[in-house]
Amino acid sequence: MSTEAPPLAGFDLDRPWQLHPQVSVRPERFGALLYHFGTRRLSFLKSPALLTVVRELGGAPSAREACRRAGLTGAELPAYAAALGTLASSQMIRERGES
Amino acid sequence: MTQAGKTLALVEQFQYGLDAPICLTWELTYACNLACVHCLSSSGRRDPRELTTAQCRAVIEELERMQVFYVNIGGGEPTVRPDFWDLVGYATAHHVGVKFSTNGVKITPQIARRLAGSDYVDVQISLDGATAEVNDAVRGPGSYATALAAMRNLAEAGFKGFKISVVVTRQNAGQLDDLKAIAEEFGAQLRLTRLRPSGRGADVWDELHPTAAQQRQLYDWLVARGEQVLTGDSFFHLAGYGEALPGLNLCGAGRVVCLIDPVGDVYACPFAIHESFLAGNVRGPGGFAAVWRDSELFARLRRPQTGGACQACSAYDSCRGGCMAAKFFTGLPLDGPDPECVKGHGERTLAAAAGAPVPRPFGNHSHRNRPVPVTIGPRPARHRPDRACDENPLADFRP
Repeated sequence: MSTEAPPLAGFDLDRPWQLHPQVSVRPERFGALLYHFGTRRLSFLKSPALLTVVRELGGAPSAREACRRAGLTGAELPAYAAALGTLASSQMIRERGES
Repeated sequence: MTQAGKTLALVEQFQYGLDAPICLTWELTYACNLACVHCLSSSGRRDPRELTTAQCRAVIEELERMQVFYVNIGGGEPTVRPDFWDLVGYATAHHVGVKFSTNGVKITPQIARRLAGSDYVDVQISLDGATAEVNDAVRGPGSYATALAAMRNLAEAGFKGFKISVVVTRQNAGQLDDLKAIAEEFGAQLRLTRLRPSGRGADVWDELHPTAAQQRQLYDWLVARGEQVLTGDSFFHLAGYGEALPGLNLCGAGRVVCLIDPVGDVYACPFAIHESFLAGNVRGPGGFAAVWRDSELFARLRRPQTGGACQACSAYDSCRGGCMAAKFFTGLPLDGPDPECVKGHGERTLAAAAGAPVPRPFGNHSHRNRPVPVTIGPRPARHRPDRACDENPLADFRP
C-alpha cells in the first residue's frame, strides 16, 4: 500500500459510525461475512483487521479511533477508509444518530 | 486493489470451504401438488421419514448457532406441510432468514399480507413460461394461473421485490423479455436458473435444455441486464464466452452451499441428490454441524480440484469446468467439460459416449398414479437417469 494514496473522498473517518442493526456478522478465516436482512445482500470483510474495526465502530467516538484500536497505522488508513466507504454505500454500516 | 482482484481472492478462499454455509437449500417435503417434468427432487409423494416439526426446529437452532444467514426452503411444495408457517416463524425468530420457493398454491390474500409484513421472509414463485401454454407444458395444467394469482396477491398486499423464478428451457428461452415484463408488472424481480439433468429433469434434459444458439442469446441478454436479473450464480458455465456474469462464478457445492433433504440427508448441492454426493444426515451424532465440518465428501470437495481434460482450455479460468451435477447426471467425468460447455467440448464428449450408462438419480417420489406430463417431444433413445434442483443458494450474491 503506497503512502501517497490520494485523500479519501466520501467516507468521513472523523464521524461516529456503527454496524447497521439489521446486519449479521460471521467471522471466517479470511475476515468475515456480512449479511443485511433488510437489503438481503451479502458482503464480506477481507481481513481480520477490518473485522476488528467494524466491531469497534459502535463503541468508538469516530471511525478513525476504531481503526486506531484495531492497530492500524496512518499508512494503512486510506485502504481501510475505502473499505468502510464501500460498506457504508451498501448500508452495512451507517453513521450513528441516523435512523 | 480492484473489485476483480478482491473477488478472485474471495473465490480462492471460498474454494477451501467456510466454517458454515453462507446459506443452504432445505427441502422440507417431497409432497407436491404438481408434477413438473424437470423436478430436481422427483417430488410428488411425501416421504414417511420426513423430519418432524421438533426435528426441524432442532435444525433451525443449529443453523442459528452456526450463523447461517438464511435458508432457501423448497421441496416438493413446502407450503403444503401443515407446520410450514410455524417453521418459517421459528426460523426468523431464531435469526435465520427464510426465502422459500413455491408454486403459489397457498399464497392467499391473507397469507400474502402476512408475508408482506416480514423483513426476514422472501418469496420466490416458480414460473417456467411467459404464457400458460409454455409454462403448463412443463409444470402442469393450471399451474400458470396458480402462479399468477399468487403474484397478484403478493403485489396487492404490498410485498415488494418478491422473486419470479424461471428455469430456462428451449421453450421459454425466447420469452425472456416477456418474463421480465411480467416481473415488472408485479413489482417483482426476475430470477433465471439453469435446467439441470437432475431428478426427473434427467428424463427431459435432452429435449428441454437450451440449444447452443439459445445459450449464447441468454448470455448476451444477461450481460445486458445483469444488474436487474438474478441468476443464483446458475450460469457460471457461460463465463467461458468472455465476461463473467455477476456472482461468484464458482461451484459452491460442499464449500459454501449444500442441501438438506426432507429426511435430513445432507447433499453437496441441491442438484446432486445421489449417494455419490451424500455427506451425512442431520439426525446423526453432532447433527448438521458435524456433517458440514467433518464429512469426507465435503473435505474432498474443498481440496484444490484439477481441471482434468479442461485444464488446457483457455476458458477454464472463467468457467472452471462448469456444473458438477450436470456432468454427473449426463454421465460425463467430473474433471471434464460441462455438457453445455460453450466451446462445444461437452457436446462432443456426450456424442462420443452415446449409449453408455449414466448414473440413476436417487429416490423417486413421483406421484404413482399421475403420469408426468411429458408432452414436449419424444423420449430420448439414450437411457437417462431420473432426479434435479432449481435453486443455487448463492442466489442474490454480488461480491
